[in-house]
Amino acid sequence: MTTPMLALVLLMLIVAAFEAGRRRAFHVAGNEFRSLHSRPRYYGSYTALWCIIPALLLLVLWLSLKEWVITSLVIAELPAALRSQSPGQLDLLVNDIRNQVATGGAAADALPAVAIAVDRYRDLQWLSYTAMWVAVLSAGIVGAGLAWRRIAPQFWARNRVEGIYKGLLLVCSTIAIFTTVGIVLSVLFESIRFFNAVPVLDFLTGLEWSPQTAIRSDQVGSSGSFGAVPLFAGTLLVSFVAMMVAAPVGLMSAIYLSEYASSRVRATAKPMLEILAGIPTVVYGYFAALTVAPMLRDTGAVLGLSVSSESALAAGLVMGIMIIPFVSSLSDDVINAVPQAMRDGSYALGATQSETVRRVILPAALPGIVGGLLLAISRAIGETMIVVMAAGLSANLTANPLESVTTVTVQIVTLLVGDQEFDSPKTLAAFALGLVLFLVTLLLNVIALHVVRRYREQYE
Amino acid sequence: MDTAEKVRAGLGKRYAAERRFRLFGMGAIVVALCFLVFLFASIIGNGYTAFQQTFIKITVHLESEVIDPRGQRDLHKLRTADYGALVKKSLRAQFPEVSGRRDKRKLYGMVSNGAAFDLQAMVMRDPDLIGKVLDVWVAADDDIDMLMKGHIDRGRPEAERRLKDLEVGWIDRLIADQRLEMRFNSAFFTAGDSREPELAGIWGAAVGSFYTLLVTLLLSFPIGVGAAVYLEEFAPRNRWTDIIEVNINNLAAVPSIVFGLLGLAVFINFFSLPRSAPVVGGLVLTLMTLPTIIIASRAALKSVPPSIRDAALGMGASKMQMVAHHVLPLALPGMLTGTIIGMAQALGESAPLLMIGMVAFIVDIPGGPFDPATVLPVQVYLWADSPERAFVERTSAAIMVLLGFLALMNTLAVFLRKKFERRW
Repeated sequence: MTTPMLALVLLMLIVAAFEAGRRRAFHVAGNEFRSLHSRPRYYGSYTALWCIIPALLLLVLWLSLKEWVITSLVIAELPAALRSQSPGQLDLLVNDIRNQVATGGAAADALPAVAIAVDRYRDLQWLSYTAMWVAVLSAGIVGAGLAWRRIAPQFWARNRVEGIYKGLLLVCSTIAIFTTVGIVLSVLFESIRFFNAVPVLDFLTGLEWSPQTAIRSDQVGSSGSFGAVPLFAGTLLVSFVAMMVAAPVGLMSAIYLSEYASSRVRATAKPMLEILAGIPTVVYGYFAALTVAPMLRDTGAVLGLSVSSESALAAGLVMGIMIIPFVSSLSDDVINAVPQAMRDGSYALGATQSETVRRVILPAALPGIVGGLLLAISRAIGETMIVVMAAGLSANLTANPLESVTTVTVQIVTLLVGDQEFDSPKTLAAFALGLVLFLVTLLLNVIALHVVRRYREQYE
Repeated sequence: MDTAEKVRAGLGKRYAAERRFRLFGMGAIVVALCFLVFLFASIIGNGYTAFQQTFIKITVHLESEVIDPRGQRDLHKLRTADYGALVKKSLRAQFPEVSGRRDKRKLYGMVSNGAAFDLQAMVMRDPDLIGKVLDVWVAADDDIDMLMKGHIDRGRPEAERRLKDLEVGWIDRLIADQRLEMRFNSAFFTAGDSREPELAGIWGAAVGSFYTLLVTLLLSFPIGVGAAVYLEEFAPRNRWTDIIEVNINNLAAVPSIVFGLLGLAVFINFFSLPRSAPVVGGLVLTLMTLPTIIIASRAALKSVPPSIRDAALGMGASKMQMVAHHVLPLALPGMLTGTIIGMAQALGESAPLLMIGMVAFIVDIPGGPFDPATVLPVQVYLWADSPERAFVERTSAAIMVLLGFLALMNTLAVFLRKKFERRW
């Protein structure tokens, strides 16, 4: 690991470039110090930026391409017999070569051709490493030199430097776009590969979900069916239970806090509710699996009901608890945004407080509340840890919350945790499920944000 | 009947409805808070015992014939010596009447596998101990620990118990000899993960969390603040800016597991970064926390009054100077608060990390952001899946530690907000 060393050398180079640029500014100004357009340190910054930006770009490019270039060079030099293997075996061979390089030289029992490749790999690695140092440092020096030469009293260094900074800020703000594009592309790309193997319609309308694919083609039960309807139904069932808890409790507590509570009660109860939102979901999952699910099962046994120990009810109940503060704080905002004049008008007509809330405030706030509930539903659909820990794995198509169901997120986790091969539909199915999840939550969010914004404009 | 009478007649009913409605509201809050209390009670009630651990005092003769037969004090020899045999010997000496292979196996199972490592560490630290007879406190096996903590019921029939009458008898004798004691469980805070509950600790996961959060912080704070500054101070109001804004709002609501899919497909498959490494976890969490930080930072920038900007521009500062010298310092506390809240979210996040392989069973303490590691919430998930009874209390205790860190971070955020909050 001497890349940190290179970074250190670069750092020293930057300081030197800054100093050189600054001195040059003094130098070119001579006695006419006021003739300089910008303050001297801007000339220094300009030189330093021209040193660091090309060097860093080159470094990043080099580090990301190095492995690929070396590998393809080594593969190209392998004897034809080794090169013409299947891609999988070639990958294995390359890994083997890399391992031997990492452990310091060819293994004693390696094939001669492989031993040559190992040596070649190591030589290339060393070459690439040396070349990287030279290239990166010279890029920095050349960049700084060019910038240094441009320094003159009439040179607008400050504007240039600020322009570069502004460009960097712009890049920062586009990361969000890149993230979205990255999500869409990565999920879409693998999904398309999945849909090549499994027709879209089968996936969206099939009633059977058992993603086990066979190792041998003649194995029993090897078909691997990918009908996702049971997962969608399970997700909806758990989310429904969650909303049954979160919507009334969240809404009523928001109403109480904004309309009835004294400011002291408000100041203590609101942060307490927020604590519920700050608890990690894995904690809720553990709580659901260890405490709530056994409790429900025992209660069910007393009542003569058979409750699965991984029931949708337990997962949904705990998920509902988690979402309460979400619903309550969104509704609270909306209710507070209803103009006081409407309340006063209602009171003036002799309405009681609850009548005002029910007949005036809630109808006025309804779009906002609906938007908040939609956001809450989207959160419930995307929630992972609670269902992974408390809901089951078996894809039952049922509307009975006492039975065990599985959800989209549970299946994504089960399919992707552990060993994966990226050419089996089993792994790719997770990405198709991810695509559905992304699209559904996106749709819910867009609608919700739209509704909330429309509503807000109404009273502004 | 005139109107006033009509109204009066219905008044009782209306007041009752009013009281009912009010009660519902209060009930909702009480219910929510009860959930909170119940959650904490269940976690703490399950977990507080994990901070104690049963220890057994064994009298070991550190025989030089076993450890270092040639007396060379060669460090390699000292490391590879059979300390397990010494532990077994001391147990046999303690209970000389035990015979038969099965009973002996049970006897050796009384103390943790870690006992041999304890002896090894002692000898490595001080080779002069060789040849001496010492009293050493070693961790008891997790079943004994569970019995001592009352999770294994002595009253149940022998066949249904994990510990048989024979073992319970030995335990009682040890207690009578004052050779069995509950002590502070320091391994829980200093060890990495282990399959043996009595040896498992959270330090490895805590270090993993630290590296992951470090990467997240180093990336998301500058990028988030940069993006917020650009959008709030420089961006022209046009379509492009609108797209960015809508994007950020949407990203804030994308399920976290989708970020895990992104990390798997992009960082691991495409850029072939190492699996299970905190650096990948940090990258994924950066993308996840960016919206939070950007939104908070923009709010902080918005709250700086325009007069500050006007004054700076009026004195001849350029726009960049105005932002860097005047607006940013005033908005920084708000941005820091938002960042800490974002970091707290990242600390509690586990779903996307499952996707990028941070669920592996890792015993070693990670030495850097490229080493395989796991994080605290994922450790909780892993332990919650373990069948041993002793992991239940450890999971709860790990949750308590995790919640402790979260409380600390949020308190810090509240403190910062209170201290630097300015009303203009």
